[in-house]
Order: sequence, then C-alpha cells, then structure tokens
Amino acid sequence: MDTVSFPWLPSAASTTAADVDALFNFILFAGLAFFLIVTAGVIAFVLRHRRRGKAGLTYGKDHSLALEITWTVIPVILIVIVFVWGFKGYMRMNVVPHGALEIKVTAQKWFWTFDHPDGANAVNELVVPVGKPVKLLMSSADVIHSFFVPNFRVKMDVLPNRYTVTWFEATAEGVYPLYCAEYCGKGHSEMLAAVRVVSDSSYQAWLNANSVMGAGLTLEQYGAQLYTTKACVTCHSLDGTAKDGPSFKGRFGTEILLSDGSRLLMDENYMRESILDPRAKMANGFQPVMPTFQGILKDRQIDALIAYIKSLNQK
Amino acid sequence: MYTGPENSYLKQPRGLKSWLLTLDHKRIGVMYLTAIMFFFLVGGLLAVLMRVELSSPARDVVSAELYNRLFTLHGAIMIFMFIIPSIPAAIGNFVLPLMIGAKDVAFPRLNLASWYIYVVGSLIAVASILQGGVDTGWTFYTPYSTSTNSAVITLTFGAFVLGFSSIFTGLNFIVTIHKMRAPGMTWFKMPLMVWGLYATAIIQVLATPVLGITLVLLIFERLFGIGIFDPAMGGDPVLYQHFFWFYSHPAVYIMILPGMAIISELIATFSHKRIFGYKAIAFSSLGIALVSFLVWGHHMFTSGQSELAAMIFSFLTFLVGIPSGIKIFNWVATMYRGSISLKTPMLYAIAFLLLFTIGGLTGIFLGTLAVDVHLHDTYFIVAHFHYVMMGGTVMALLGGIHYWWPKMWGKMYNETWGRITAVLVFVGFNVAFFTQFIMGSQGMPRRYYSYPDQFAFLHEVSSVGAYILGFGFLIMVIYLIHSLYRGKPAARNPWGALTMEWEAASPPTTHNFDKDMKLEHGPYDFDRVEVEDEEMVKA
Ligand code: HEM
Ligand SMILES: [Cu+2]
Repeated sequence: MDTVSFPWLPSAASTTAADVDALFNFILFAGLAFFLIVTAGVIAFVLRHRRRGKAGLTYGKDHSLALEITWTVIPVILIVIVFVWGFKGYMRMNVVPHGALEIKVTAQKWFWTFDHPDGANAVNELVVPVGKPVKLLMSSADVIHSFFVPNFRVKMDVLPNRYTVTWFEATAEGVYPLYCAEYCGKGHSEMLAAVRVVSDSSYQAWLNANSVMGAGLTLEQYGAQLYTTKACVTCHSLDGTAKDGPSFKGRFGTEILLSDGSRLLMDENYMRESILDPRAKMANGFQPVMPTFQGILKDRQIDALIAYIKSLNQK
Repeated sequence: MYTGPENSYLKQPRGLKSWLLTLDHKRIGVMYLTAIMFFFLVGGLLAVLMRVELSSPARDVVSAELYNRLFTLHGAIMIFMFIIPSIPAAIGNFVLPLMIGAKDVAFPRLNLASWYIYVVGSLIAVASILQGGVDTGWTFYTPYSTSTNSAVITLTFGAFVLGFSSIFTGLNFIVTIHKMRAPGMTWFKMPLMVWGLYATAIIQVLATPVLGITLVLLIFERLFGIGIFDPAMGGDPVLYQHFFWFYSHPAVYIMILPGMAIISELIATFSHKRIFGYKAIAFSSLGIALVSFLVWGHHMFTSGQSELAAMIFSFLTFLVGIPSGIKIFNWVATMYRGSISLKTPMLYAIAFLLLFTIGGLTGIFLGTLAVDVHLHDTYFIVAHFHYVMMGGTVMALLGGIHYWWPKMWGKMYNETWGRITAVLVFVGFNVAFFTQFIMGSQGMPRRYYSYPDQFAFLHEVSSVGAYILGFGFLIMVIYLIHSLYRGKPAARNPWGALTMEWEAASPPTTHNFDKDMKLEHGPYDFDRVEVEDEEMVKA
C-alpha cells in the first residue's frame, strides 16, 4: 500500500503511518488557516488604523458575544475532532495484532540487539518480513533509550528493568533508519541502526544464515563479518587510531599497559575475557564504556572474532 | 548621564552599599534585570557554539562530551536562571508596585533576599562547570542522571536553591496585589499585567516545591544510594519523569503567562485602544494557571504510561490550549479601529502574536496522541519550545524592556536602531527555528551532536539564522547601553499610556509617587480619557 504523504514527512512505510500523516496534514491545514486569519488581521489593522498625527479618542466597544462565541466554538469543534482521531490512532499503535512475529529488542549504550524467535540475533540491524505484523518486546540494559523509526511513525521508550511493547507492519521493502530518540549520553547520536524490510523468503533465508553461525565460512571470515555486524567497529578501528576503545591493528601478542599500571600479554584468554567481562582488566587510557557481550555472542562467534583479530597481525 | 528628578531612585541614596542593601523594588528589579540579561547572553553564546558544531554533520568543532555539556548548560541557564525569573522578578519587580500605585512590594526584605538567593543559586549552578560540567540535559532524567559521573549534584542543588527565589517573588507578589492596590483599583480595574503576574505567582508558589523535592530526592539517591528512581537500586525511573513534569509543565506557564501579561499592555497602549475582552484575558490567565497542573503527562506519551492516562492528559492539554487561542483573538481584535503606532515595543508585540501563534499551533500536533508519537524528542519539539519561549516570552520581554526603558532610566533608546534590530531578530529567529520544524517532521532526533547527511542543508540554514539572531542581539546591547549615556531624556509618559506607572517621574523618585495615588480612570480608557504621548522632555 503506497501512501502519498506531505513532503515534510518521510515516506510512509507502515500500516499505521498513513493515518498519522492524514491527521498531521489535517492539523497542518487547520492551523495554517488559523495562522493566516491572525496574520491577515494584524496586517489589515496595522495598515488601516495606523496612527497619523494625534491619537485622539478611539472606539470603545470591548466585547461582542457573537464574535467571542464564534472564536471559541469553532476551535473547540476542531480540537475535539483532532483529539478523538489522535486517540484512535494511538490505540491502534498500542494494541498488538494477534499472531505477530515477536522480536526481543535490547538497547544499551550505544547499540541495539535484536533477538529473533529461533535463536538468530543481530546487532544494529533489525531484519523483518514485509507485510507481517512485528511485535517488539523491549528493554534496556542501562539507561533509558527510545526506539524510533521515522518511516514507520513508531517511537517507544526502552526502559531498564521493565518491558515496553510496540509493533509495526512494514508495507514496503527497503532499509529504514532507526534512531535512539531518548538522550543516553556520549554515544547517543551514534546509536544508529537500520530496519531492513525484506520478502518473507529472504527473511527465512536470513534466519537460517544467522542461526547456523557462519557455516561455509572460515573462522576468520566469519569473525570479519561479526566485527561489523556486532558493532565492534563502532569503537575499535583497524587502522591504528584509538576511538572509544583501542585499535585492533597489530595488537595481538603485544604487551599492553593496564589502567592499574600492570602489564599483560594480549592473548586469546585476555581477548575472551575482554569480550565477556570488559571491565575486569581495563587497558590504560580508556573509559569503561564497553558493554559485555555475555549472552549476545555464542562460543563459536567469540572464537571467530579472536581468530579474526589474530589475523590482523599477519597482514 | 542622568537628567531626571534630583531624588530619583537611581541617585538616592548613593554608593554601592546603598544598592547592595537596597529594599527599593525598583533597584532590586534593575539588579535582577542585569543578572538575567547577563545569563541570557551566556546562554546565547553557548547556543551559538552549538549551532557552529551543528552547521555541518561532521564531528568537528567540539567533542560529543562537550556538546552534551553545552546543551545541558544552555538549557539549564535559559530555564532556571533566565526565563523563569526574567519577567516576574526583573520587569515585574520594577513595574508592579508602580502599576498599582504602591510605594513598594509588601515584603521588601523578602524581595532583597530573593535576589541574593538567586545569585547564590546561580553561582552554585555555575560552579558545576568547574567540576567538569553536567551532561544530562536540563531535565536530569534518571537513571542517566544517577549513573553519569558528571557534576549533577551541584547543578541540581543550584536549581533547588533558585527555586526559593522564585517562591519568594511569587509570595511577595500575591500579597502585594491583594493588599497594596491604590484606592479605587478594584480587581477588574487592575492592568492585565497585574493579572498575569498574579496567575504566575500562584504557580510559582504551588509548583516550585515539587521540583525542589524531586531534585533533593535525586541528590539523596546519588549521595546515599537510596533507590528511588534508579532501577538498579529498585527505583522507578518513570516516577522521576512524573515528578519532574509535575513542576516543569506548570513552569512553562510561569514562563509564558508574564509574557502574555506584557503583550496586553503593549497592544493596548500602542493601539491606543480599550482592550478587547478584558475579563476573558484575565480569567483565562487564572484558568491556564489551574489546569496547567493537570497536563504533565503529555511529556510522556511514549514512556509506556497507560493508554487511559495518555488519553486524559491529551484531553486536558487541549483544554489549556483553548484559552491561549482566545487570547490571541482578543489581542488582534484590540487593534481593530485603534490608532496604531509601530514603535519598537509594538513591533515586538506583533512578533509575539505571530510567533506565539505558531508555537501554540504546533503544540496541537504534540498534544495529539498519534502524531506526538512520531514528533516526540525530535527537532520538532526543539522548534516548538523555542517558538513558545523565545518567540513568545523573549519577544514579550524585549518589548517590555523597550517599553519601560524610559521609565527605568529616564532615557529614550534610539528608535531607528530599535526597529532595525526588531526586524533582524524576527528574521533570524524564523530562519533558525522554522527549519527545525521541518527537520523534526523528517525524523531528526534532538540532542544529537552529529547527524545523517540528509539533514545537513536544513541544519546549515538554521545555523545561519542563529548568527543573524546573535548579531541582532549584539546591536541591541550596543544601542541600549549607548542610550544610558547619550539617550535623550524621556518624558513622564512617552507612549501616552493610561496605567499608573506613567504618572510617576521618569525615572521615578525613591518613593515612587509624590502623592497618595488614587485610581482616576481605568487602565485602558482610551475611549474616554485624552492622553498625549510626548516622547522627550520639552526643553
Ligand atoms: C539565541 C537563540 C537560541 C539558539 C540559537 C538556541 C539553540 C539551541 C540548540 C542548538 C539546542 C540544542 C538542541 C538539541 O541538541 O536537542 C537548544 C536547546 C534548548 N534551548 Fe535553546 N537556543 C536559543 C535560545 C533559547 C532560549 C531563549 C531558551 C529559553 C528561554 C532556550 C531554551 C532551550 C532549552 C530548554 C533547550 C533544551 C536543552 C536540552 O535539550 O536539555 N533556548 N537551543
Ligand atoms: Cu540511546
């Protein structure tokens, strides 16, 4: 279903968006009319009643029941329409249809994890089938975040220690930006992800590929893939520049300085520990901002990442 | 520099000490004005710095950490140190007693105390910068604010202290308005400015304690690890949002009602017209003040609150919207068959009418549940509240400053520069902020220090608008200060107004009036009483 929306709004790609846009446009045009009346009044009166010379005594009538009733009743009627319409739309957004595909969303500083029903998971990319209602069960691992997809007109806060729920049904295949809309600190504006809407068959294929964990790839190749899909890339560069975390370039097998002053050899066990319990031994000069990947990465994936990081030394 | 009467409040008594220990509401008003304008300038500079960073999507001028500190400080300064005290404590202090024909406010010592508390609170808040700043946003949302290692306690403590100065001013005004009106000034003979300040004072006294308590709870949680809001300690972060907005929503009416109050005066005086719908304007201020306590939940439509709560809050939000709309119609109707003079204060009043209308109308989008879900926490919100606070309150404040400038200092500012600046400010403001409505509708989230390329053009335009705006303010500072030294001496009643403050000398004597005041005509009897404006003192 394709909808025409006002050029100010991003293209509409969910079943609830068209209604939101229609209401948006209704308020826009009613408001525009109101604004034009006020502006026209101001301009007309300034032009016609501009003071020339002495002010003198002016017109004394200071009320008019008919006028006052008109300009109260008309806005009230419009407001009631808008209120009821808005409430109905809101209920539609909040009542999840039966049989929706349920995906668990976890937000944390500063990335998103999406867990699909049969074990496949992805970071910063939500893959969903087109034309199917998708229910999102969301929670945060730290502070409040907010799940926002402009093209779907969907937004819902994501809280720690409590689940919030929202849903959408995408109407067109494509890739849509997903933002964090509740301020969450340093990485807030980089907490970007995407919703990739694909055909039902591609979705099944994606699920398979992701639950078989890199079958057909070497560990290194699989690790290289995970390096981007699991968002390591946000903080760890490959070219030697330090971002929020140390660069991986040429780091394996070197002796590194820890924040407590001690030194340690960067080996497989240290890497594994850093992935699962990043704050246990902090590299010197870095803030403890890395989240734990406990529960997000399976053993084979950790192996793959370690293999990949090791491989970076040989190049 | 000075040409007014010998015993003017500016001259008598003399010396720094006589200012620091003054109980004169006019001097306290002037001291408040200086302080708030200073913070307005600081807040404005921080804003320009943010706009410099945002003028391109790249992460170039400041770091993310610094950007987050900038918008927190900008917001906190603008809200707690500038806009809340601006009209009531600075302009209101100066004109309220004069307008009701009184010699001073009811509690002059409390008045001075409120100024000192304001200064101390501001200094505490500013001290947070020395501790590395705060990065939570002026809203201090938990659990972010309980977990960040920035100087949250200091800044919230500053805001807590500032709250008392606001409460003191409110209390003082309520009693002053009840008890000190000149004989003959019944409630419905009061200027609308007084009604507006009265409604504001009620909110200041009733709502501010809630913010105080909330901030103290936040401080306790951080200092002693008591779990109130932080889920890690068994608290509830959404509870914090309820507490915070229970104050902060009424607080937006602490910001706008005094602006509306000034606009009523400006439109009546410069249209030389009896105000249309006096009672409707007066009662709608009170109505807004009362209902404003019941709409806080509209900040939380996407927080996961129940649908029923959302529906009620949406409904009540619209209910406060209506009186504001009615006021706009009343002001426009006042201009009908007036004798309109486009002096600088009137230009600001017209700017207010247009900008506040846009601010109010965009509020309808946000009060509408289904639409707010999309717009919440985007630049649409940023544009909306700047249209209301800057396009509304700040325009009214600027109008008021120019309007009462001759009374305060006994000097006229330069009208030509005043008008040029008003136009610059109007244009700059719209370029800076209208663009943000578009970005917000397209999905640009707020509090982002870098952003996707698709928003680059609009952000760049918005920054240019901010520079024009900043330039306008620069000119204003220059010609206002210049007028203190070189301005022409002002007449007693330069605009031909009928409210009582214009019967005092310019600048007023220490005791305001040299006789006991009695109401002789209503504040807007332009259909009955002949007044002439004679801007300058006749030589
Ligand atoms: C000189 C004109 C001004 C400019 C250019 C300006 C610009 C900005 C910018 C760029 C932001 C950050 C938006 C974001 O990242 O989400 C902001 C936020 C804000 N501004 Fe202004 N502003 C101006 C005047 C004002 C005034 C007069 C007030 C109120 C009296 C005000 C109140 C606020 C508040 C409350 C925030 C929100 C801070 C937060 O997100 O915590 N601003 N402004
Ligand atoms: Cu976030």
